[in-house]
Amino acid sequence: MKFRAKNLSRRLVINEIISIFALPFLGINNQSFNKINIMNQYETVFILTPVLSDEQMKEAVKKYEGYLKKNGAEIVHRENWGMRKLAYPIQKKSTGFYQLFEYKNDGSIITDLELQFKRDERILRFLTVKLDKHAVAYNEKRRIRLAAVKTEKVEEA
Amino acid sequence: MAQGNSDIKYLTPIAVDTKKKKYCRFKKSRIKFIDYKDADFLLKFVNEQGKILPRRITGTSTKYQKKVAQAVKRARHLALMPYVADLLK
Repeated sequence: MKFRAKNLSRRLVINEIISIFALPFLGINNQSFNKINIMNQYETVFILTPVLSDEQMKEAVKKYEGYLKKNGAEIVHRENWGMRKLAYPIQKKSTGFYQLFEYKNDGSIITDLELQFKRDERILRFLTVKLDKHAVAYNEKRRIRLAAVKTEKVEEA
Repeated sequence: MAQGNSDIKYLTPIAVDTKKKKYCRFKKSRIKFIDYKDADFLLKFVNEQGKILPRRITGTSTKYQKKVAQAVKRARHLALMPYVADLLK
């Protein structure tokens, strides 16, 4: 924890220095610099226990969505994969509800989010990944593809 | 005797050293990102036991082999792929 705080403060100091010395020359507004500088895109997938009812599952998902929104994460995409078979049993369960969130944040909420996941008994597994530019591009394409599949299905029905 | 043997002529050249050159499929089709969510695709890079195949077999370049390995490991963590299996294919 200490180490992180140190790192963060160092980052802030560096930002400060840049914003004082470099920005006036570049003609960039200070506020917009801070925003651009630290926004990253993340992707979190978590697995909920199959024991939950549909409503309980939705409530759990809502809780984390609310948490993300409350802490200033801009949700780009959400995806519910529904009940899926696990490749191997986790906590003696062979299925699970998969949920995916893609969001923009400066990264400060990740530790806390993961701590909450750890404490939550409903969650079997979770994985948070920072997306680089290729991943972001790929995900956008993927979304378009998924949307196309969805509309096709609707048309068939 | 030996001279007689060397006189044999073939109508078509025998295929001895015409091995197909392996290539990196990611470089060839310009794939920049390997998705850990796409387990069906990652299945191409593991053997029947679910072990990651070496570069010398798949022909993937170092840069992308690292990414393949990372993606497979992430997929395993999320139980999209097994850590150990038999008869995966």
